[in-house]
Amino acid sequence: MLLEKLSNARAVSGREKEVRELLREEIKDNVDRLKTDVMGNLIAVKGPDKPGPRVMLAAHMDEVGLMISEITSDGLLKFKPVGGFDKRILVSKKVSIGEKNISGVIGAKAIHLQKKSERDKPLDYDNLYIDIGAKNKENAEKLVSPGDMAAFTTEFKKISSHRALGKAFDDRVGCSLLAELTEYSYDYPIYFVFTVQEEVGLRGAGQAAYWLKPDLALVLEGTSAADVPENKEFRYSTTLGKGPALTVRDRTIVVNKKLLQELIATAEEHDIPYQFRRTTAGGNDAGVINITGEGIPAAVISLPCRYIHSPVSLLDLTDYANMKKLVYNYLLAIKRKEF
Amino acid sequence: MIELLEKFTAGFGPAGEESQITSIIRDEIEEFSDEVRTDNLGNLIALKRGSGDKKIMLAAHMDEIGIMITHVDDDGFLRFTPIGGVNPGILRHKNFVFADGTLGTVGVEKLDSIKDLKLEKLFLDIGAADKKEAEQQVKVGDSAVYQKSFYSTSSRIIANSLDDRAGCALLAGLLRNLEMPAHDIYFVFTSQEEVGTRGAGTAAYGIEPDLALAVDVTGTGDTPEAHTMDVKLGKGAAIKVMDRGSISHPGIKNLLVKLAEQAEIPYQYEVLEFGATDARAIQLSRSGVPSGTLSIPCRYIHSPAEMLDISDFKACAGLLQEFVSSKELKEIIKNN
Repeated sequence: MLLEKLSNARAVSGREKEVRELLREEIKDNVDRLKTDVMGNLIAVKGPDKPGPRVMLAAHMDEVGLMISEITSDGLLKFKPVGGFDKRILVSKKVSIGEKNISGVIGAKAIHLQKKSERDKPLDYDNLYIDIGAKNKENAEKLVSPGDMAAFTTEFKKISSHRALGKAFDDRVGCSLLAELTEYSYDYPIYFVFTVQEEVGLRGAGQAAYWLKPDLALVLEGTSAADVPENKEFRYSTTLGKGPALTVRDRTIVVNKKLLQELIATAEEHDIPYQFRRTTAGGNDAGVINITGEGIPAAVISLPCRYIHSPVSLLDLTDYANMKKLVYNYLLAIKRKEF
Repeated sequence: MIELLEKFTAGFGPAGEESQITSIIRDEIEEFSDEVRTDNLGNLIALKRGSGDKKIMLAAHMDEIGIMITHVDDDGFLRFTPIGGVNPGILRHKNFVFADGTLGTVGVEKLDSIKDLKLEKLFLDIGAADKKEAEQQVKVGDSAVYQKSFYSTSSRIIANSLDDRAGCALLAGLLRNLEMPAHDIYFVFTSQEEVGTRGAGTAAYGIEPDLALAVDVTGTGDTPEAHTMDVKLGKGAAIKVMDRGSISHPGIKNLLVKLAEQAEIPYQYEVLEFGATDARAIQLSRSGVPSGTLSIPCRYIHSPAEMLDISDFKACAGLLQEFVSSKELKEIIKNN
C-alpha cells in the first residue's frame, strides 16, 4: 500500500525530496497540473477552471529527524534535533543519513562507564553521537557532511489484522490519504498541497495558501493518541480505533464552526465513527492557513497515532479507512453547498 | 458609555466564538456606520467615512478568555483546557457560564500541597448526576467563560472581561458620536486576540490601513507588593511605549502625548513587560502599518473581577476622540 512506501521514505524537515518525488510519481496521472513551489511544497490541482469553491487539502511531507552538526576527530557525528523530540528515545536507534543513505547508530557511553549521576538523567544531545563505522574524521567526511539529515529507519509492518507500525505516520498518513483522494473526480477546483517544514514551525503551508487563496482548507494530520496505561482517561488526547479525530481548537487555530458542523453531519449521515481531539496542545498547518490573507476557513481531521515523534508509531488501519471515507464524503457534499 | 460597557461585558464571547458578542456590538453601532461586515475570522468591521483619503484602523478585541470542555466522566464531572491566558491558581471555586446559560463551578481534587494546584487537578461541576445528564447540557468542545458580573461605584468598576470590552465600549461610543472624521475610520472589533492576536492580522490585511491604533487594557503596578510597573489606576489614559509584541510607532506615541497635553487629558506612559495587543499583528501586516496602542489601566486582568477607574476610561475616550480628529495623522503617514 501507498502508506507503506511513504512511511519508509525519508523526508526530515527541509529535505523532503524523496517523499515529494514519490508522491509526484504516484499522483501525476490523476491531476491536471503539478508544481513544486520555492519552499518545496508540492501543489497539484484538479479542475482549476471549474466554477465553485476553491478547496485546498493539505498534508505535510516532512518528519522529525536529526541534523549532523559536526564530525569529531574519531569520525563520530554530533547532531542537533530537527523538530520536537523526546531525547530519551534516541540512544541505540538506527538512522540513515543524507542522500547516500549512510547507515549509522546513535551511540552513547556504555552503561558500565557512566557515573551514577549520569545514569539517573536522560542522555542529552551532548552525550550522544551517531556512529557510521568510520575509522576517523577523514574517512567519515567522505560519506557525510555537516548539514546532512538523519532519519530513523523503521520499516512499515502490519502487526495484526488492523494495526500497523512504522515511522513518520505524522504526517505520511495525511500524504497517503491526499494522494488516494486524487483518484476521484470533483465538481470544483481542488488543490492537493503536500507541504514542507511543518515540524519546524509551520513554514511551508503559509506560502502555499497565500498563493492559492482558497475558499476553504482541510488539513489532514497524524495526531498523538495517549490511550495508554498510567494515563487517566480524561487526559487521552485521542483513542486508537475510535475513528478520525476532529479538532475544535488547538494552540494555533479555532476551527471554523461551519466546517466543523458539516464534518460532524457528514460523519453521522454516513455512520462513520469519529472522535474529538481532546486537548488543545499542539498545532499544525491549519493554524497558518487560517490567518493567511483576509483569513481562510480551515478545519483539521487527524488520524490517531500512538508514539508519534519517535522512531516507531502505531496506528489502526480501520481509522485510516474511516478517515478516508469521512474526507471523501465531505468533499462530495461540498458541491451542494454555497461558499 | 458606562451603559455600553455594562452591556458589552455581559456578552458571551470566548476566543473563536464571538457570534453572541458580535451581535450585541453590532446592534449598538450599525445605524451609525456607513458599512458593517464580518470576515472569515469573525472580526466585526464598521466603517465611518471621512473627508480625507487615508484609512485609519482602530482595533479593540471582542473575545475573552475561557475554558473548553475536553472530557465528561461517568459521574458527570467535566475536565477542561484553557482558552487564552487562564491561571489555574485563580480558577478554583469560580463559576463559569456556557453560551446557553448553563452554569458550572470549578472543583478541585484533593491536594497535598497548594503547589500541586495544576489545571489537571481541576474539574467543572454543572450539578449533573451522571454522564448522561451532563451530556444533555454540555458536550466535549463546548466553551465557557467566567460568570458575568458588573459592579460600579461612583469612581470604579469591577466586572468580568473589561479586557477588552472596555476597549470595545470606547470604540462603539466614539462611533456613535462621530461626525465626518478627517479620514475613513475603520472600527474593528477583533476576534481571537487572547489566543494570539489572530483576528487583527487578517482584518488589517483586508483593510490595508495607513495607520492603526489598538485600544486595550493594561496592567498596573499600584497594588501591594505588585510587580514594578509605572501605571496607576486613576492617573489617566496610558499611552503605550512598548510591550512584548510591539514597539509603538514614535509618531503615534508622541501625537497621543501632544493631544493629551493640549486637551488637558491626564495621561501616563506605559511599558508592559508581558503581554501584547492587536497592534502586534496589525503593524506586521503586508508591508507594515504604523501602529500604536492606547491602554486603559486595569487591575486583576484575566480574573472574573477586573477593575478600572471611570476617570481613566473617560480620559481614554477623550483622547481617542482627539486622535481621530487630529490633522497630524496625515503627517505621520506621510513621514513614514
